[in-house]
Amino acid sequence: MTTELAIGFLPLVDACLPILAQEHGFAEAEGLSLRLVKDMSWATVLDRLLYGHTDAAHLIAPLAIATTLGRGRPAQPLSVPFVLGLNGNAITMRPDLAAEVNPSGRLGDPRAVGAALAQVVAARAAAGGGADRLRFGVVQRYSSHSYMLRYWLAACGIRPDIDVTITTVAPPFCADALEAGEVDAICVGEPWNSVAVGRGVGEIVLATAQIWRRGVEKVLALREPVLDARRGDIEALIRALRRAGTHFVDPANWEANAAILARSHYLDGNEAMIRNAISDHLLLRNGGGLVHYPDFMFQYREAANFPWVSQAEWLYTQMARWEGMPFDPGDAARAAHVFRPDVYRSALIGGPEPLPGASSKVEGSVSQRTAVTTQQGNITMESNSFFDGRIFDPVDLRGYMAAMP
Amino acid sequence: MRIAIVDESAPRAAVIREGLAQVAECEIFVVTERRGMIARIAEIAPDIVLMDLGNPSRDVLEEYFAVSRALARPIAMFVDESDEEAIAASIDAGVSAYIVAGLAAHRIRPLLDLAVRRFNAFARLQADLNEARGQLAERETIDRAKRILMDSRRITEPQAYAEMRGAAMSQGRRIADIAGAVVTAHRLLANTSAIAAAGENTPGKGPI
Repeated sequence: MTTELAIGFLPLVDACLPILAQEHGFAEAEGLSLRLVKDMSWATVLDRLLYGHTDAAHLIAPLAIATTLGRGRPAQPLSVPFVLGLNGNAITMRPDLAAEVNPSGRLGDPRAVGAALAQVVAARAAAGGGADRLRFGVVQRYSSHSYMLRYWLAACGIRPDIDVTITTVAPPFCADALEAGEVDAICVGEPWNSVAVGRGVGEIVLATAQIWRRGVEKVLALREPVLDARRGDIEALIRALRRAGTHFVDPANWEANAAILARSHYLDGNEAMIRNAISDHLLLRNGGGLVHYPDFMFQYREAANFPWVSQAEWLYTQMARWEGMPFDPGDAARAAHVFRPDVYRSALIGGPEPLPGASSKVEGSVSQRTAVTTQQGNITMESNSFFDGRIFDPVDLRGYMAAMP
Repeated sequence: MRIAIVDESAPRAAVIREGLAQVAECEIFVVTERRGMIARIAEIAPDIVLMDLGNPSRDVLEEYFAVSRALARPIAMFVDESDEEAIAASIDAGVSAYIVAGLAAHRIRPLLDLAVRRFNAFARLQADLNEARGQLAERETIDRAKRILMDSRRITEPQAYAEMRGAAMSQGRRIADIAGAVVTAHRLLANTSAIAAAGENTPGKGPI
């Protein structure tokens, strides 16, 4: 007998782990049957989760925190016992803007592109008096896309919402919006950058992994009462997802997994583009060659799925920062509690998977291969730096926020 | 009260509009075009926005509401907690509702109930249509299966039908499923012989 779990998702490459856990029988081996529920907006993925159409969901990490804090909807505590992946997004610009700020045609350097972009922004302000500000599209208000883009712009001296406009564009319409000139750039996950490149309406300029080398992206979110009521099933799901991760990162399986993800009831997308994304390959411009950017997507290694409390806290600081709200210790504590390393640990303790010794870490502090203390197994961390060299120490959230440009 | 129905499905929007038209003192606007949607909604300045859950632009709309609140324009928000039951019913029906803050609950509920009923009615219509299409396709499959059996086994039409009916009853399956299996098997067998024939005629080249 298997127990059913309904899991909501948006058709993006990083919905891969629950899909593959079901398709390859990892869920079944844990006594689970996953029913995957596809939607077309994060608002609907969230509503189905909140009103019980689904038990868990593939969700953008900041939205889980925003929901817990009552932003946009009446507050409902959500829990994240598993991170579905780090990074995997890119910034794609209209070809003329890309040529201006990234003439090399290669994947840009975040500092150099930022400096060139600041000049474009200043020139436009001088010429048009702010009437034709550059417009950036992100997939959702409470998204890592929005916070990574804002972090990069601000560190380069470009003030989001003042010097440039940041607006929401649904992923399937990103290429249309670039083509129609509704936006000048988009920050979105795959395959939507590649779709814009394929149509010749955009060029990939940066990967978000260049802004924060190990930035938290999608999470497995569920209502806290559901986690409590179905703790055993959720721990089984965590084990199945972890197995799916080993399968996903093995090059021997890329071809087959891309074919599965491309199916109409999953991503309904182009198999070659999906294969590129899962093998960390990007087609930066139409007619160009494929570029290999290691760890573009990051689904498994270095305890990638571990819900570090420090990551939730970083997201909280960015949420408050861009809402113009002062640091609120109560909100910070509620946000931190969304990430549940205790559940991740109890699901995997005694098994073959490594578990870190700490549940929180100083983000951006590792710049070379570093072995970390563990509860079980071995973990070696590589670079997790922010492009501007800033370090996030969760011990002092208030100080970090105050030091933001 | 001004109500905006945002739905990329024009027929469904029409069904909902027709339902809400019975309510007195209501002005109804339908937005089916994605392009320029936000500008159109700003122009309408609705008290209630109804949007289907499948609409990819929901995040765009919610961002607009959040930003317009910051700009102190007419405030729109998700129905408040006291309407939990009404929201759950609307989510079940596949419609999301955004209500201007301060609108009295007793004015919202009947409208929302009506919208939910119309959404459900439309879903039923669609299901009926799909079922009718399915039945038509099934009849065609059964006819084709009968023809295959008649040709290959040299039996009459009533005999072919009786054979399939017997198989369906003994296996506890629907006759349409048996017919589907016959048609599929026939197609596979036809392909197999074609492949075999191609292999004999053009050695080493395989099927064309």
